[in-house]
Amino acid sequence: MMELFLQALTLRAGYNAALVALGATAFGLAAGLAGTFLTLRRRALVSDAMAHATLPGVVLAFLAMVALGGEGRALPGLMAGAAITAGLGLLAVDALTARTRLPEDAAIGAVLSVGFGLGIVLLTAVQGMQAGQQAGLQGFLLGSTAGMLRADALTVALGGGAVAAVLVALRRPLTMVAFDPGHAAMLGLPVRALDLALMALVLAITVTGLRIVGVVLVVALLVIPAVAARFWTDRAGRVGLLAALIGGGAAWTGVALSAAGPDLPTGPVVVLVAAAALVLSFVLGPARGVAAPLWRRGAAG
Amino acid sequence: MTDPAFVQLSLPPILIGTLAAIACALPGNFLLLRRQAMVGDAVSHAVLPGIVVAFLLTGQATGPVVLFGAVAAALLAVLLIEALRRFGRVEPGAAMAVVFSTMFAAGVVLIEQSGAGAVHLDVEHALMGNLESLIWFDATGWGSLVDPVALAGLPLELPRLALAAAVLAGLMLLFWRPLVLSTFDETQARAAGWPVGLIGLGLAAAAAVAAVAAFAAVGAIIAIAMFVCPPATARLLTDRLRTQVWLSVGFATLAAVAGYVLAGHGPGWFGASQALSAAGMIATVAGGILAAAAIIGPRRRQSFI
Repeated sequence: MMELFLQALTLRAGYNAALVALGATAFGLAAGLAGTFLTLRRRALVSDAMAHATLPGVVLAFLAMVALGGEGRALPGLMAGAAITAGLGLLAVDALTARTRLPEDAAIGAVLSVGFGLGIVLLTAVQGMQAGQQAGLQGFLLGSTAGMLRADALTVALGGGAVAAVLVALRRPLTMVAFDPGHAAMLGLPVRALDLALMALVLAITVTGLRIVGVVLVVALLVIPAVAARFWTDRAGRVGLLAALIGGGAAWTGVALSAAGPDLPTGPVVVLVAAAALVLSFVLGPARGVAAPLWRRGAAG
Repeated sequence: MTDPAFVQLSLPPILIGTLAAIACALPGNFLLLRRQAMVGDAVSHAVLPGIVVAFLLTGQATGPVVLFGAVAAALLAVLLIEALRRFGRVEPGAAMAVVFSTMFAAGVVLIEQSGAGAVHLDVEHALMGNLESLIWFDATGWGSLVDPVALAGLPLELPRLALAAAVLAGLMLLFWRPLVLSTFDETQARAAGWPVGLIGLGLAAAAAVAAVAAFAAVGAIIAIAMFVCPPATARLLTDRLRTQVWLSVGFATLAAVAGYVLAGHGPGWFGASQALSAAGMIATVAGGILAAAAIIGPRRRQSFI
């Protein structure tokens, strides 16, 4: 198993596997970066609601594509469906919060669980239809890079790269809005538009990552790297960079590990690698970690 | 409904689903009012590794060891969340997301690696329960309800869930005053000498017990729907807590029964034969009821909290 792992890790396990690894890494980088802004804006849990709400959209897109005569497996199509229902989920959270007296956390919980439940109903409806193709959809729950097509890997890589590029381009205004929206508004920044842009980018990276880590755990790749990075530095630019590296690294390593042995589902393995990085950061990190006082003493002395 | 098949195949799942929904709705009322709905979310995810470890030790997905494992896992989650918030100054939502997703991932890997999936507890169960399979082979008709021999063959989940729901209801009644006071006026609760922190922890533990109960029926994620939707629906219909709790029980029951029936028999009405996920349908119905209340509920807008 070690052999397989090392091969996959160094991109020597075949062209397909290498593409998958690169695609996953692009996703991890973008997710880590997006997560930095997301956690600063305190919108981590909303993204979880969106992620769970993608499930009905994935199945409906599958059905639509099959109805149009296709195989129903084209990843861009599935991602589009996912994006639509996830967007609707976000709107539902906002509507519940704004128009009723329910607090936001209840709205999030409701959309998350009901969206997922509806997705499961649709999934079981499809199960009776074309069992073989449906097997591909099950992989969206917890991620499954096994048997991922070249085209899929490319889609994920492009999606991740595009989101990362936009995030880097918008990093300064996004950072300002994240740290002090009032001040940013005074400076003339379009705070509302930037918030919407951030959620749109989070939506994009969420649907990109569905194939890799799945609906249930994509929030982990958004949040864990960003939280880990905060233990090393307080400077916004560096947090983003570090979060991207941790996210990318976790995806790369996790995908290799998952390919190395049986019974290692991709999503959970990637999440556990990221979590390990977090534990290390918590213990060793100079900015806030448990060892932080030691670092400070060392710097002073 | 006079058909023995109903008693064999449908009655136990309907009862189990209903009891699970009620078990979650009860603490869910207080979580909602304390703006701690995400505790239900976190606990539902976090109990998975606890359940798996207990399952590996005892071979059962319900029972006292499993309860212990679940509560231990939930308390571990609370601890880890607090550690992140205190030492890392991580904001609460992110801290919860980190802990519960990591623990859930650990639970899934444990299931896969330990081969538990081959026996009884697989990942599919964790995600969507297996309500449909909790059937009563030994039943021959309604008469079996008073037949001790047949009753011995009842799926274990049913009496255990009934006990869990009863215990949760009892605890709620027993601790009603401190619960209500600490929820609506924490300062006064402290002044009156109530251990507010402990009450909060107790509520999380109760949520863990409910989550395990629901897990047996509908899996982890749909349990969240049961924590949130019936109490939220009730909240949009009344200002009075007692009424809210009763209504939440009613909506939980409605969602469970209607959900199960729609999932099992709905497709037949359209000429299809594939049964749908009962758990998913229960969550969907609960969501539908909530949506209706959000649109026409008499108390949907005013807020005194």
